Amino acid sequence: MTYDPGLSGWGGAPRSTPAARVRATDLDAIRRVLAGAGRRGVTLRGLGRSYGDASLNAGGTVLEMPALDGTFVLHDDGRLTVSAGHSLDTILRRILPHGWWLPVVPGTRQVTVGGAIAADVHGKNHHVDGTFGAHVESLRLVLADGDLVEVSPTQDPELFWATVGGMGLTGVIVEATLRLHRVETSYFLVDTDRTDDVHGLLDLIDAHGDEHRYSVAWFDTATTGARLGRAVLTAGDSAPVSALDPERRRDPLAFDAPTLGKVPLTPPLSLVNRWTARAFNELWYRKAPASRRGEVQDITQFFHPLDLVDDWNRVYGPAGFVQYQAVVPDRESLVELVERIGTSDHVSSLNVLKRFGAANPSPLSFPMPGLTLAADFPIRPGLGALLADLDAIVTAAGGRLYLAKDARTDAATLAAGYPRLDDFRAVRSRVGADRVFTSDLARRLEL
Amino acid sequence: MMNALGTPACLLLLGGTSDIALAVARRYRSEGTALTVVLAARPGERRDRAVAELRQSGCTVEVRDFDARRTDTHSDVIASIERDVDVAVVAFGLLGDPESAWTDVETARELAEVNYVGAVTTGVALAARVRAQGHGVIVALSSVAGERPRRSNFVYGSTKAGMDAFYTGLGEALREHGGRVVVVRPGFVRSKMTEGLDAAPMAVTPDEVAAAIVDAVRSGREQVWVPRAMRVVMSGLRHLPRPLFRRLPI
Ligand SMILES: Cc1cc2nc3c(=O)[nH]c(=O)nc-3n(C[C@H](O)[C@H](O)[C@H](O)COP(=O)(O)OP(=O)(O)OC[C@H]3O[C@@H](n4cnc5c(N)ncnc54)[C@H](O)[C@@H]3O)c2cc1C
Ligand SMILES: NC(=O)c1ccc[n+]([C@@H]2O[C@H](COP(=O)([O-])OP(=O)(O)OC[C@H]3O[C@@H](n4cnc5c(N)ncnc54)[C@H](OP(=O)(O)O)[C@@H]3O)[C@@H](O)[C@H]2O)c1
Repeated sequence: MTYDPGLSGWGGAPRSTPAARVRATDLDAIRRVLAGAGRRGVTLRGLGRSYGDASLNAGGTVLEMPALDGTFVLHDDGRLTVSAGHSLDTILRRILPHGWWLPVVPGTRQVTVGGAIAADVHGKNHHVDGTFGAHVESLRLVLADGDLVEVSPTQDPELFWATVGGMGLTGVIVEATLRLHRVETSYFLVDTDRTDDVHGLLDLIDAHGDEHRYSVAWFDTATTGARLGRAVLTAGDSAPVSALDPERRRDPLAFDAPTLGKVPLTPPLSLVNRWTARAFNELWYRKAPASRRGEVQDITQFFHPLDLVDDWNRVYGPAGFVQYQAVVPDRESLVELVERIGTSDHVSSLNVLKRFGAANPSPLSFPMPGLTLAADFPIRPGLGALLADLDAIVTAAGGRLYLAKDARTDAATLAAGYPRLDDFRAVRSRVGADRVFTSDLARRLEL
Repeated sequence: MMNALGTPACLLLLGGTSDIALAVARRYRSEGTALTVVLAARPGERRDRAVAELRQSGCTVEVRDFDARRTDTHSDVIASIERDVDVAVVAFGLLGDPESAWTDVETARELAEVNYVGAVTTGVALAARVRAQGHGVIVALSSVAGERPRRSNFVYGSTKAGMDAFYTGLGEALREHGGRVVVVRPGFVRSKMTEGLDAAPMAVTPDEVAAAIVDAVRSGREQVWVPRAMRVVMSGLRHLPRPLFRRLPI
C-alpha cells in the first residue's frame, strides 16, 4: 500500500491528502472533473504558492492547472491574452524583449495567472496601480455546470469581481486578457533609506510614500527596545535606458534575474530560531546603506531578493511556518502589531511593511487603504495565542487578513474583516459554484 | 479543518465527561481560535456541568447522547455530526473494582464491553468518517496497564491491551486516507477515575495528559506515554522475568 504524504501550500502546513489529483489538460478534462465531482468537491491549484490551505482539498479532487492549450497572444496595444496556467515568470521572459512588463508582480514570479487573479495579488506598486485584478480586461471561466463564460468589469461585473480575489471558489479561470505596462529596460532605479525604529519608518512613508511607483519596507521585530521596528525602505521606478551603464545598455531588456541555487534537502529541524532570526535581521539591516539614491538594480535585487535561493521555505524544517499578513487602516494599530510581536517570544525572520492604495470592487480582495504587515513565524507551541492577539488588534482596527497567506485563523475573525462576504456567497450560489468548488481553506473559514 | 498550528476547529469527545477529555478541550480553546466541541456522553448532571463549563470558556458545544455499551448506535452518533471532525478523543473507560472484575461475570463483561467492544465499534465509525473526510486525527486513550498484565488489575489491563492493538492497527489503515491515530498510554492519572486510590509513582494530572495529546497531534506522533519517562519504565518492566515482576509492589 502506498502512502501519500499529501499536499501543502508554501508554508508546509497544514498537509492534506486529496482523493484524486487531476491535471487539467484541456477543457474536456476540466468538464469531466466538474461533472464527476464528489461530495468533497473540486479545488483548483496553480503553483501552490499560497501559504496555507487555499489549494488543498482533503478527501476531494485537486484540479491542477498547467498552461492548458498554451494560448499566448501579445497584441500590439500591449494587451496579453494567456491561458491561466502560465506562470508570471514565463510571461515576463516572453514579454520583456518586446518592451512590456506585468502591471503587478508579487514577491515571487512562480505563481500562475489563475492564482494571481484568484488571490487578487498585489505588488510594491499597489499604492499607484492597485491589484492584479485591476489590470484584467476580461477572463474566461468554466462554471460548475461546465459552461464556458466570458466576464469583465462590464460583462457580469458581479461574477467578474467575485472571481477576482475569489480564491478559486466561483469557477475555473482558463484564460485572461491583461493590460501590460511599457518599459524601456528591465532595470529599476532605486532609493534606499534606513530608519531607527518603526515610527521613523512610518514618518518616511507618510512623507515620501507616493514619490515612486514601487515602494516597500523590510523591518526588524527581533530587536527589541527603542530600536524595535528599525527598517529599510526601498522605493523606485522602472529605469530609463539613459540610466544604464554602457554594458547593460547593449541589452537593456535582458531578463536579468540571477539565482544562487536550491536548499538541497529539508533539514530535520527548523534552522530558524531566535538566534538565527536575530542574525538574519541584523545582516539585512546592516547590508542596507543609511541612504542611497538612484541605484540601478536588477529584477532579483529589486523584486525578488528571496528568489535568490529557490525553495527557501525548506529552512523552516518539517514543522513548517506561517506567514501572518494583515492590513490595518491606521498607524497606531500597525505600531501595536509590531510591539506585540516584538514583546512575544516568537521571532519572525522576515517582515514586510507597505502602504496600500484604494480597494477595488471585489468582495474578497485583500488590499484596502492602510498599512499592511507580513511576518513569517516558525510553527511552535504558543504561536496560536500570539496570532489570536494580533487578530484581535486587526479586527478592532477594522482591518483584515489575507486569504492567500492565512493558515490558522477562524471563520468569525475572517468574516469580521470582509463585510461583503455575503455578496460573495450570493454570487457563488447564483452560478452553482457552491455545489462543486471548495477547498480546505473554504471549509475552515466557512466561505 | 485543522489549521496549520495543529489546532482543530471541531473536536469530538467520546466519553465527554472524562477529566482528560475536558482538559484537552481547554487546551485547544486556549490557542485562541474558535472551537466547536461535540460532547458525546451519557446524559446526566456530569454532562450538564461539562457543557456549562465549556460554554463558559467560549466553546461552541454540541451534545450527543452516547453510551459505549450501545454499540448499535455508534455509527449514527458520529454520522449525525455535520462538520468535519478534526480531532476525536476516545476517552470513555471504566477502571472497575479489580477483584470483582475477575470473579464476577457482569463486572467483567461491563469492563470488556465499555473499554474494548465499545472502543472498537466507535473506532470503526470514526474510521468511516475519516475516510469520507480525507483527514482527521483519532486520539485513543489506552493505558500502560495494557502493556504488561499485572495481578492487581489485569481485566482492565486486558481491555486496554485489546483497544491499544486495535487503534494502533487502525492508524496504519487510515494513513493512506489522510487520517492518523495517536495512541496515548498514561500511567496513573489523578482524575475522577482514580479518586480515593493511592497515587502510583510518576502520577500525572489530566492537564499533563492533555498537553501531551495536543503536542502529539501537532507534531504528528502516533504513540505517546505520559509522563514520557513511562516509556522506558514500561519497556524495562515488559522484559522483566515473571518471578521478579510478580514481587514488584505494583
Ligand atoms: C515567496 C512568496 C512571495 C509572495 N509575495 C506576494 C506578494 O507580494 N503579494 C501577493 O499578493 N501575494 C504574494 N504571494 C502569494 C501568491 O502570490 C498567491 O498565493 C498566489 O495566489 C499564488 O498563485 P499560485 O499559482 O501558486 O496559486 P495556488 O497557491 O496554487 O492557488 C491559490 C488560489 O488560487 C486558486 N486558483 C489557482 N488557479 C486557479 C484557476 N485557474 N482558476 C481559479 N482559481 C485558481 C486556488 O484555488 C487557490 O485558492 C507570495 C507567495 C510567495 C510564496
Ligand atoms: N485515570 C487514570 O489513571 C488513567 C490512566 C490510564 C488511562 N486512562 C484512560 O483514560 C480515559 C479517560 O479517563 P479519565 O482519567 O479522564 O477518567 P474519567 O474522568 O473517569 O473519564 C472516564 C469517562 O468514561 C465515561 N464512561 C464510563 N462508562 C461509559 C459508558 N458506558 N458510556 C459512555 N461513557 C462512559 C465516564 O462518563 P460518565 O460516567 O459521565 O458517563 C467518564 O467520564 C479512560 O479510557 C481511562 O481508561 C486513565
